[in-house]
Amino acid sequence: MCGIVGLFLKDKALEPRLGEMLTDMLITMSDRGPDSAGIAVYGQDRDGLGKLTVQSSDPTGFDKLGGLSSAIGAEVSVRVVDTHAVLEMPEDKITQARAYLRENHPDIRVMSAGEVIEIYKEVGLPGDVAKRFDIPQLHGSHGIGHTRMATESAVTTLGAHPFSTGSDQCLVHNGSLSNHNALRRELRHQGVTVETENDTEVAAAYLTWRLQEGDTLGQALEAGLDDLDGFYTFVVGTKDGFGVLRDPIACKPAVMAETDQYVAFGSEYRALVNLPGIEDAKVWEPEPATVYFWRH
Amino acid sequence: MQVLDLSEITLREANAALQNPTEGSNETAWEIVNARGSHAIAVGLDAPIDVQVRGSTGYYCAGMNAQATVRVDGNVGPGAGENMMSGALIVEGDASQYAGATGHGGLLVIKGNASSRCGISMKGIDIVVHGNVGHMSAFMAQKGHLVICGDAGDALGDSIYEAQLFVRGSVKSLGADCVEKEMRPEHLEKLAELLKAGECDAKPEEFKRYGSARELYNFNIDNAY
Repeated sequence: MCGIVGLFLKDKALEPRLGEMLTDMLITMSDRGPDSAGIAVYGQDRDGLGKLTVQSSDPTGFDKLGGLSSAIGAEVSVRVVDTHAVLEMPEDKITQARAYLRENHPDIRVMSAGEVIEIYKEVGLPGDVAKRFDIPQLHGSHGIGHTRMATESAVTTLGAHPFSTGSDQCLVHNGSLSNHNALRRELRHQGVTVETENDTEVAAAYLTWRLQEGDTLGQALEAGLDDLDGFYTFVVGTKDGFGVLRDPIACKPAVMAETDQYVAFGSEYRALVNLPGIEDAKVWEPEPATVYFWRH
Repeated sequence: MQVLDLSEITLREANAALQNPTEGSNETAWEIVNARGSHAIAVGLDAPIDVQVRGSTGYYCAGMNAQATVRVDGNVGPGAGENMMSGALIVEGDASQYAGATGHGGLLVIKGNASSRCGISMKGIDIVVHGNVGHMSAFMAQKGHLVICGDAGDALGDSIYEAQLFVRGSVKSLGADCVEKEMRPEHLEKLAELLKAGECDAKPEEFKRYGSARELYNFNIDNAY
């Protein structure tokens, strides 16, 4: 069991409240996943700037980042939030910065990279995780959260969701994949690196690979129906999009709601009850093996 | 009318009140407000009371019900009316997966659509769905009736025993050992009774009947691997 929440805002007036609304939804899903929790938020696009969200289990880890700026030859701003830090830099320096971190500071792990995405995830109760990272104050156009009850790999920060394997992409998962080892090997042959033993990361990497090959997110999800074996309800995010896919058996629960102001996802209806106008929203259960996708 | 407000009392307190109504009391009408998707609302009831639930519910609404009539004016989550023994659950909206699973008796009415596995392993319950049902509905259904006024998804009635299925719309596919059967006068009569009880004005003549071909009942050496 795991819990998923997601919010894709159509009404810009709600953007300052994204973090607060997602936190409320996430905490409601605590009993579906008390092991760990995580959230991906898509914030404001700042021309030419990109960001890396990095994590270090050593609290002094970020002190070492002083050398990054001179290594990539550009100014880097560092905002430390508990065990994570958001590094802002020119967008075209992101790849270089990742290479520098990989070589010089392997203990600092990249949670996400892109123009707008920030990912925060940790072991612990969803409410505690949200508090540590001050999630309620985050603004954004869309976001996805996950509460984890681990089945396929250990309860660790890196095993928590969301997983991000491509620029501004993220994926959360309720379920378990049965062909993730074979697929991980196959992706490696395609030059796609999967960092953990976690099954969900393989699904994220698979979608990233399909997108690199030229698929739209919708096409990538369609292809996933053939290539991903197991139980899954996925919610995925891209820079401007939000998608949902359930496997053909569809035993992992999902409820969606749509109004003029937002599209919302919850593993259970409980997660949606505090959203504005939910009483009059269109509420439905997404169909099995059907791709749902919204874009800004 | 006695009102139980789930924003003021715990679910356990609400269910305890419904499970232990004062014997001989004339107060048989109850209302649950602020359901807000809570799980296990009005489960384990065993008295001829009427319960009106305001809003949508989570898992297992009216599970294990006996005698009581529970109405929900929203949607219900997974496992609504699971293992119902008697009484009724009437849902104005949609039902999530495995509604009416393993039900032994009573009536489940879903006025919207039911999701996958509706009536899985049903053992005597009558289910009337005004809309569609999802895949694997009536899987291993043993006894009782499933009436589907809309369409049925894949593998309807897979490995069915002696439950009777009536479908007005299309059937995407039939499961193993489920076949269309002749609609005889006694079936039309039973269907009319079920539709009336299910508050549905569809005409029995518009339905087709499905049931077991009974070919899985005995071991067939040709099926061995």
